[in-house]
Amino acid sequence: MTTSPYGAPTAVRTAEVAARATDLTKVYGQGETQVVALDAVSVDFRRAEFTAIMGPSGSGKSTLMHCMAGLDTVSGGSARIGDTELTALNDKKLTQLRRDKIGFIFQAFNLLPTLNALENITLPMDIAGRKPDRQWLDTVVDTVGLSGRLKHRPNQLSGGQQQRVAVARALAGRPEIMFADEPTGNLDSRSGAEVLGFLRNSVRELGQTVVMVTHDPVAASYANRVVFLADGRIVDEMYEPTADAVLDRMKAFDAKGRTS
Amino acid sequence: MFRTALRNVLAHKARLLMTVLAVMLGVAFVSGTLVFTETFSNALQSSSEKGYAGIDVAVQPHVEDRDKSKPGEAPLLTQRLLDKAAKVPGAASATGSVDGHAYLAGKDGELVGQGFSRAGSNYFPGKDGKDARYPLTSGRAPQRAGEIAVDTKTAERAGFKVGDTVRMSVRGPVLNQKITGVFTTDKGQVTAGGTLTLFDTATAQKLFTKPGRFNQIDVKAAPGTSQDKLKAEVDKILPRDAEATTGKKLADDEAEMIAQGMDGVKTGLLVFAGIALFVGVFIIANTFTMLVAQRTKELALLRAVGASRRQVTRSVLVEAFVVGAVAAVAGLLAGIGIGAGMKALMPGDTMPDGPLVIPPSAIVSSLAVGILVTMLAAWLPGRRAARIPPVAAMNSVHAVATTKSLVVRNTIGALLTAAGAAVSVTAGDEAGLGVGAGLLLIGVFVLTPLLSRPLIAAAGPVLRRFGMPGKLAGQNAVRNPRRTAATAAALMIGLTLITGLTVIGGSVQKAVDKMAADSLKADYVVVMANMNDLSPDIARKLATAPGVTAVSALRESPARIDGDHEYLTGVDAASIGKLTHVDFTSGSYAALSQRQRVIVDDSTAKNHHWKADSSFEVTYEDGKKGRLTVGGIFKGNDMLKGIMVDHRTLNPHMPDLVDRQVLVKTDKGASAPAKKSLRKALGDNPAIKVQDKDDISREIAQMINMMLNILYGLLAMAVIVAVLGVVNTLAMSVFERQQEIGMLRAIGLDRGGIKRMVRLESLVISLFGGVLGIVLGVFFGWAAGEQIGTKLATYELTLPWGRMGVFLLLAALVGVLAALWPARRAARLNMLSAIKAD
Repeated sequence: MTTSPYGAPTAVRTAEVAARATDLTKVYGQGETQVVALDAVSVDFRRAEFTAIMGPSGSGKSTLMHCMAGLDTVSGGSARIGDTELTALNDKKLTQLRRDKIGFIFQAFNLLPTLNALENITLPMDIAGRKPDRQWLDTVVDTVGLSGRLKHRPNQLSGGQQQRVAVARALAGRPEIMFADEPTGNLDSRSGAEVLGFLRNSVRELGQTVVMVTHDPVAASYANRVVFLADGRIVDEMYEPTADAVLDRMKAFDAKGRTS
Repeated sequence: MFRTALRNVLAHKARLLMTVLAVMLGVAFVSGTLVFTETFSNALQSSSEKGYAGIDVAVQPHVEDRDKSKPGEAPLLTQRLLDKAAKVPGAASATGSVDGHAYLAGKDGELVGQGFSRAGSNYFPGKDGKDARYPLTSGRAPQRAGEIAVDTKTAERAGFKVGDTVRMSVRGPVLNQKITGVFTTDKGQVTAGGTLTLFDTATAQKLFTKPGRFNQIDVKAAPGTSQDKLKAEVDKILPRDAEATTGKKLADDEAEMIAQGMDGVKTGLLVFAGIALFVGVFIIANTFTMLVAQRTKELALLRAVGASRRQVTRSVLVEAFVVGAVAAVAGLLAGIGIGAGMKALMPGDTMPDGPLVIPPSAIVSSLAVGILVTMLAAWLPGRRAARIPPVAAMNSVHAVATTKSLVVRNTIGALLTAAGAAVSVTAGDEAGLGVGAGLLLIGVFVLTPLLSRPLIAAAGPVLRRFGMPGKLAGQNAVRNPRRTAATAAALMIGLTLITGLTVIGGSVQKAVDKMAADSLKADYVVVMANMNDLSPDIARKLATAPGVTAVSALRESPARIDGDHEYLTGVDAASIGKLTHVDFTSGSYAALSQRQRVIVDDSTAKNHHWKADSSFEVTYEDGKKGRLTVGGIFKGNDMLKGIMVDHRTLNPHMPDLVDRQVLVKTDKGASAPAKKSLRKALGDNPAIKVQDKDDISREIAQMINMMLNILYGLLAMAVIVAVLGVVNTLAMSVFERQQEIGMLRAIGLDRGGIKRMVRLESLVISLFGGVLGIVLGVFFGWAAGEQIGTKLATYELTLPWGRMGVFLLLAALVGVLAALWPARRAARLNMLSAIKAD
């Protein structure tokens, strides 16, 4: 495959930026009930980097992720994955883009209960009708430590194991970028730490790009970079964060929010 | 609790829609049946009352004691009796009627009228020169031979005018008659699509009875004389074999007969309404099971804040009550609409006019049936709801459908199925078969969840060709075996009945064909339309027709033998052997050539303990006694049975020589030219049917087809309800799986793929139900055939592969149609709200 269905040659993979938002605006509702969820946000997500998006409830962090991942429509500005402009794609192309170029990890594990772990992992490729890359698949399965449980159904797995299956599913297709929406939200702290570890390893060792939405400073501390959002705007960012530094920054926002 | 239940109903109105529709359809069927039959019988009764308005006392021939008098009909009424009746004290006038069958040919040469009745009668002028029963609208009454009057509807239909000459036939020979008048009549047979032809009395008597003989005498009372008083007067002049009845009693009797006939129709329709409702029960139970499962948390919360188990059950039942009541009222209204619609749809001349009648029974039974069926079906889910532990309210995880073991269910199912199959196979009569069939049906239904896995897995390779959506569809279909089973079973019931009836119908037709081929050597069977009497002239004419090698008329004459009523069949001894084939166990056709010798079929012989050369005493139709000797015994079938005797022996004892049918053999066999030449010999009479074996087979096929079509139509309601069930299950499943569907969309399954997934699941469930139904239907067809086979020797199971294929396609179509809306809904689900954790 030399060209993707979106017209851009796959060689662009080597570009520095995996995803980019430019003046990205998202408005919900009309007239008096209008809510501006994203207010002309511009941000780059660099290749082989683990970025966390943080912010208080209603800051627009989930909306940013949904717009960047092609799950939601955009009101204004531009959202790109690699060289592909999402706002120019119709539903079918957008679906193919998600299938072939994006990996997803959700808070509720979102596995199909009728499929076993391995089938869940290869689901996006099965939908596309592609044969998974055996070697890569083995690497991914080893990385998330599921080798012994591939034939298990989701209801035979613990919450942590289920989320590891979800991580493996996101990784299996070698996506351009992975989006994780509160991936540890439903997990106990040990399982959560494991999953975050896998995400970090997939960036460090497998060269993947991860964007994670979270409100947990500890989770954010696994990232290379934290982007802070408030009221639909990017208000700050931090490189190589620690949990304490992130917590302090969040407290500052909270205080500001309360006084203003 | 009532308010909670009510709120629940309102909150889930969309999800309850299919349930309401299913109950509504069943109830509409019930109330529609009741309204329509009541309206119809009311209209018929009022029309029959009108018909008897001019009659105060009617005199008819009457056989007092069948066992003592002559075996035939009572003698007709005489002119003398008519004259006497007119002079009875209190009588204003007396009218004599002469009745028979008369067939009119239209301008196209075909028979006029589609009804069952093509009647002929006499115009009986009263003192004023008019017959009050038949007011003329144009022309004048028929006065001599060669003149007729026809009713307005017939004139309209055939385009007859006064002055036209029409071809017609009474018992075979063609008559050319001139229309002198057109009249109106209230007679039910005419309003129901028949024709009525009037002759002058003398001609009518010549054609239908005998000169000076009447079938009925109607006496009109003078003013001031009551019907009872007049009857008492008339009774005094009556001979022993005539009977007087008041007009009121006649009208009442007919009303009673109409009511009874309608009761039969009503019961038949209600059976099918019951089937539709029974299918509906599965849907209701399914819906409430799903609603309870989806609301586990809510119900647990109720329990946690102090509601008792009974209150929880009751709240579910109250919901069912509200749903049932809404559906019942809607169904009742729809049923009234159906009743009115049917009335409007009935061809104008087949139903007498009358108001729409809504009997109180329709209202009461509709409401009762709708509410009770719904509550009954919701009872088990209600009980299940009560068993939800309060702690379930605290569970953050969405409650998964319980995967309770199916071991108990499978065991019971297997036992029931085995018992049902065993009883069906060994049953000696219809009742046994019915019990067996019922047990088997329930058994298979109980086993459906078990059957669903292997059967749907068998479809796996096909499904996988549709890629991931196909694979997921197959897995989704077996995800909740109980739900799939209940959905498929609803469809199964309808298809079982449809297939079973088709198998029986096809096999019976094959059997009759085979019987005709085996026992009929004649090339043609000549009968009168409507199977009425045929004049012996026809056989005579056929005998001299070109190419004809053998002819025998078959005529029937009632007789009494050993106190039993039997029919003697007169045949032509010389040619019957060339025209029919039967297997003789003793003797042969040759026996018939000897006078007073008969041949009988084995079962009649057995009844009378006759053997070869047994002789017995017989009382003929004319009352004379004689002795007959058994010259041969043959294996009878439905075409040839009873006691056969040569014409020369029987004819002298038949007061009125008429034939039932004439068998004809030609030198070149059956062919279109041969048929044409026979028809020509009979004057191209449209009232006479000249049928070869193919015609007979086709006629039977038409009859069976018509019956099957009616049954298909009635069972269609059950299938429609089953479609609603599939829609319902899919819609609920889509609702329950919206998170999954959202995830699938997010990771790259496009809308088309989602639609395909839902459609294929629907197809799989429907085909599963279809296959089960067809297999069971074939089994029942076979089991019923074993019963029929004892009566119809040539019966053997014939599988209607073509139609079975059509039924399977129908099941597939059901699947595709049912998935339309749920698939659209699934494809349009908002991805974001679907993947958000709840």
